[in-house]
Amino acid sequence: MIAPMSENSSLLKLKRISKVFSKGTVDEVRALDKIDLNVAVEDYITVIGSNGAGKTTLLNIIAGVYPPESGEIMLNGRNITKLSEYRCAEFVGRVYQDPHVGTAAKMSIEENMAMALLRGQPRGLRVATNKQRRELFRIALAPLGLGLENRLNALVGTLSGGQRQALALVMSTLSNPAILLLDEHIATLDPRTAQIVLDLTDMIVKREKMTAIMVTHNMEMALHHGNRLIMMHKGRIVVDMNQEQRADLSIQDLVVAFERASGEEFVDDSVLLRPGNVVGVSDL
Amino acid sequence: MDPAAVGHLLAFSLYEGLAFGFIAIGVYLTFRVIAFPDLTVDGSYVLGAAVAAVLIVVGVNPFLATLAALGAGMCAGLATSLLNTKLKIPALLASILVMVGLYSINLRIMGRPSLSLLRKVTIFSLASQLPGLETRLVYQLVVAGVLAVIVFFILNWFLRTEIGLALRATGDNEQMVRGAGVDTDKTTILGVSIANGLVALSGGVVAQAQCFADVNMGIGMIIIGLASVIIGEALFRPKGVARLLLAVLGGTFVYRLVLSLALRSKLMSVGDLKLITAVIVIIALAVPYLQKRIRREWLPPAPRW
Repeated sequence: MIAPMSENSSLLKLKRISKVFSKGTVDEVRALDKIDLNVAVEDYITVIGSNGAGKTTLLNIIAGVYPPESGEIMLNGRNITKLSEYRCAEFVGRVYQDPHVGTAAKMSIEENMAMALLRGQPRGLRVATNKQRRELFRIALAPLGLGLENRLNALVGTLSGGQRQALALVMSTLSNPAILLLDEHIATLDPRTAQIVLDLTDMIVKREKMTAIMVTHNMEMALHHGNRLIMMHKGRIVVDMNQEQRADLSIQDLVVAFERASGEEFVDDSVLLRPGNVVGVSDL
Repeated sequence: MDPAAVGHLLAFSLYEGLAFGFIAIGVYLTFRVIAFPDLTVDGSYVLGAAVAAVLIVVGVNPFLATLAALGAGMCAGLATSLLNTKLKIPALLASILVMVGLYSINLRIMGRPSLSLLRKVTIFSLASQLPGLETRLVYQLVVAGVLAVIVFFILNWFLRTEIGLALRATGDNEQMVRGAGVDTDKTTILGVSIANGLVALSGGVVAQAQCFADVNMGIGMIIIGLASVIIGEALFRPKGVARLLLAVLGGTFVYRLVLSLALRSKLMSVGDLKLITAVIVIIALAVPYLQKRIRREWLPPAPRW
């Protein structure tokens, strides 16, 4: 990375991005409404918001799953607005909510990792796994502490959901993508495994100095992870706080901030009444 | 049955298992590896036979003619996969469209419904001139065997390369493959093309072995290939690329052996083969379902596509 590592050096720039689904029908949904977002190098942003706020759409737009209706996406000064998903993969690593999405069940761990290692690189007629690469895979898997490094030939379908998600996380960062997108990636895991995968996420992001955006439904997680917090509502970013601004914040403060910014009553219980959040309140 | 007859039956089934094994490998590539239900097979098999036969009749080197059959089959696969990936026609329908269209194309290529290769120079007639290969069964076995070994080694290597890995992952988890930066349209096109190339190779080889090509010789080939794949998987329960390929070839051998035995028993005639094959596939597909029914497991409704 040649770009200066100062706090202000911008990596990803979203300019007035809009996305409308089912345009022109009664089901028309404005999923993103003229969003502006500047992501600095080594930003680790947590994104919260009620269902339908546009969080996943935001990640999908960045990952090139579909193009925006209007607006521009710049990455490292390059316009990537119209790049398709597989072209964007060169810059974007992603972990999905469902562990099954990020890994291929009928292939071995090392074959899955070989797929991920070559992200954004031309693929040729060399045999995909060799001694050197296996060593690299072992080194990448060892910090998980799950023993996967000794089971490189095991089919991924034989792993548990937590193991698959941990593998998916390692795979998404293996090629050192410019930005890491985490879409509620621990939501379906049991509390213990979720904590392990979350700790791993923080560790990898820190160690690799990655820029990351993490969508979550858990306010406690949103407050205590990363260095910046974004709250979305009805396709807009209604709260955007950096490390200092959110340092002394409690979940209650967050709700107040939300109400003030969105200008309406915060009624979505789903965000508040999660067990994890209750724990979070007592922690604060 | 005397030992000589048993030996002859086994050797003949082995030859057929190898020659038709390319179809099974092609079907395995589409149905299992890239999860693309491809019915082009019935047409691309005849296409291979027609192209090889016509070229041999006009005096082209039979090895070149066999290669041309492979190439023509790849074009057929290309057509099917383009209909699917670029025009978004469902795989099943796209392949049926190409299969039907190929019937007319095959007739055009041959100029008549059937083409004889008697007294023409084929890969088999060339092999029969080698010392020790004078007997029909021996040279058929050797030619089919050499081709099968070549195809096996190339595929066993290719499916483990970086591109081959992307191909296999496409049938497993398309979302993951795109996330890894691979255009799944391209892997699908590549996979379906290679598969139909192999099917057409089989057509070209079989036409030379039986010394004729017929526009109707492909009817039911997809089911024969599918039956071979299912039998191979059920009997050998293979793991890993190499064993899977061998299991598919083995499945074709067993399938051919069963058919030969059924014919010898005089209980049924050649015309009954297609029905027997269809019944084998129905049983093979139904058994796992019925087993689950008995164990009272939940089952999703059958897919329409």
